[in-house]
Amino acid sequence: MKNRPNKNTLPGFNLSLGYAILYLSLIVIIPLSATFLKAFTLNWADFWQAVASPRVVASYKLTFGASFIGALINVVFGLLTAWVLTRYHFFGKKFVDAFVDFPFALPTAVAGIALSAIYSTHGWIGSRLEPLGIHVAYTPLGVVVALTFIGLPFVVRTVQPVLEDLSAEVEEAAASLGANRWQVFYKIILPAIWPALITGFALAFARAIGEYGSVIFIAGNMPMVSEITPLIIITKLEQYDYAGATAVAAVMLVISFILLFAINGFQWWSNRRLGNNR
Amino acid sequence: MSIEIKNIKRNFGSFSALNNVSLNVPTGELVALLGPSGCGKTTLLRIIAGLETPDSGSIHFHGEDATDRAVREREVGFVFQHYALFRHMTVFENVAFGLRVRPKLTRPNEAEIRRRVHELLNLVQLDWLADRYPPQLSGGQRQRIALARALAVEPKVLLLDEPFGALDAKVRKDLRRWLRRLHDELHITSVFVTHDQEEALEVADRIVVMNHGIVEQIGSPQEVYDHPATPFVYQFLGNVNLFHSRVHAGVAKIGDVELALDEHHQTQDSAAVAYVRPHDIEIFLEPDGESSFKAKINYVHALGSIVRLELERYDTNTYVEAEVTRERFDTLKLNEGETVYLKPRNLRVFLQD
Repeated sequence: MKNRPNKNTLPGFNLSLGYAILYLSLIVIIPLSATFLKAFTLNWADFWQAVASPRVVASYKLTFGASFIGALINVVFGLLTAWVLTRYHFFGKKFVDAFVDFPFALPTAVAGIALSAIYSTHGWIGSRLEPLGIHVAYTPLGVVVALTFIGLPFVVRTVQPVLEDLSAEVEEAAASLGANRWQVFYKIILPAIWPALITGFALAFARAIGEYGSVIFIAGNMPMVSEITPLIIITKLEQYDYAGATAVAAVMLVISFILLFAINGFQWWSNRRLGNNR
Repeated sequence: MSIEIKNIKRNFGSFSALNNVSLNVPTGELVALLGPSGCGKTTLLRIIAGLETPDSGSIHFHGEDATDRAVREREVGFVFQHYALFRHMTVFENVAFGLRVRPKLTRPNEAEIRRRVHELLNLVQLDWLADRYPPQLSGGQRQRIALARALAVEPKVLLLDEPFGALDAKVRKDLRRWLRRLHDELHITSVFVTHDQEEALEVADRIVVMNHGIVEQIGSPQEVYDHPATPFVYQFLGNVNLFHSRVHAGVAKIGDVELALDEHHQTQDSAAVAYVRPHDIEIFLEPDGESSFKAKINYVHALGSIVRLELERYDTNTYVEAEVTRERFDTLKLNEGETVYLKPRNLRVFLQD
């Protein structure tokens, strides 16, 4: 047989990879590296001052902490919503399905104003929580509420198709073998949807870290208490402290990158443990 | 364990999937539920398993009412058409699943689980695949693993829903023989659903023929094939020729041909349909009095030991299918386009009201 060059069955690898990298560069990598370049115009002391002052550190904690909690909440309730939407038929299901995407479509400022209106001391929900000693608006809890709101669609939309794919027969098989509902869930369903669930978590988390519009209204923005990092960046920009703003942004980028990388690593690791990826 | 099914009804909306079905499956028998798709056979199987609930009627296992028992308490092994293996588990873990989910008190220890699983994998002759994952197996292998998994919990009843439906013809044939041998070894009461009459006739001890949510006939393969109770059973089991006729005092008149019957001696001039299997159409080169049709050979399919002929009657221009042995075919030296005479035997006549 003649020695042929090793051809890929899918042609155009070089061309499409080239375009993908060019596209990613223009849209993502170049603007982000500009952030770092601008941040490095500061000397070390100023840089440290900008990114490690107590107020900024408090905002990191709030942003990443609230985003993490919000994403976790979304994992639980997003899964529940996806479950209801795939496994049951009920009146108005299409309507509920469309509702899920609402946080995507709504301008975030509108969401923020609406949330702060209903959760404030005089709002619908806020006035009922007040006697119980729960303050939502203008506290870190409010931040969590807003970040949960905007992250919901991610988990639902990543888990939903996987659940739809998972045949009811597999669950029936498990039940006929004597498994109870809980065993069916954690031995059969969970391993199947686990990758999608983590992807949904990562997306909701990433989105929440960068969220600005919906948070600032309900957060109250008290320094050291309910001030998020994106707000700090905006504040610095408004004070024409461009280098300081980009320095904080650069730190956020690095932390986000490390966290998302860690989440992907965890996903890879758990996939291997669960025997997926085959 | 025997299964008694009493007056089961099940509707899906306005569609009646099962209409008053009653059935007994004696201990240790292998019973086939046979019928066209949509006849309710799978619904009935799922009701026996507890995966579906009947609108009315009851299911008894060994005399005990099990109608309200949940699937996991019924001790049934269920095998699905599309295997329904757990794709994130190895073959070993798939088979072990039923043992591992048992409550602590009745759960065997690890060594016992290993022993049992390997025993089952040996039974289905796939022990060497223990560490593989389901997507790495062929269809036939997957279905045997699914069977081993169902047997692991030592079910009292084995239920199989079109177990060979998704497999190709050769594997299907091998597997159904294998299932028959396995059943002869284990003697576990089994019910399997199929739309393939050949499969039912070959494998089952008894066949339940179903159509439109009712049971048409229950009997041994021989009984349902040789003595179909209804026109539907006749048509569903094997190829058949239909002759529109009039029956009067034990004689069926088809066109100008008169044929004596073993039954219907009291019938007075009634419309009827006569059914004749292709192998019960005799072919002659010369007319045989009043009892043969003149027909033209349109096609000859000479495949294997049986020669299949497609003929056209001169009187009505309707088609008749006949099967003759190759020996007979060679003696008669038949050719396409030739004129021959047909004589049906073993007519089964169903009167029309």
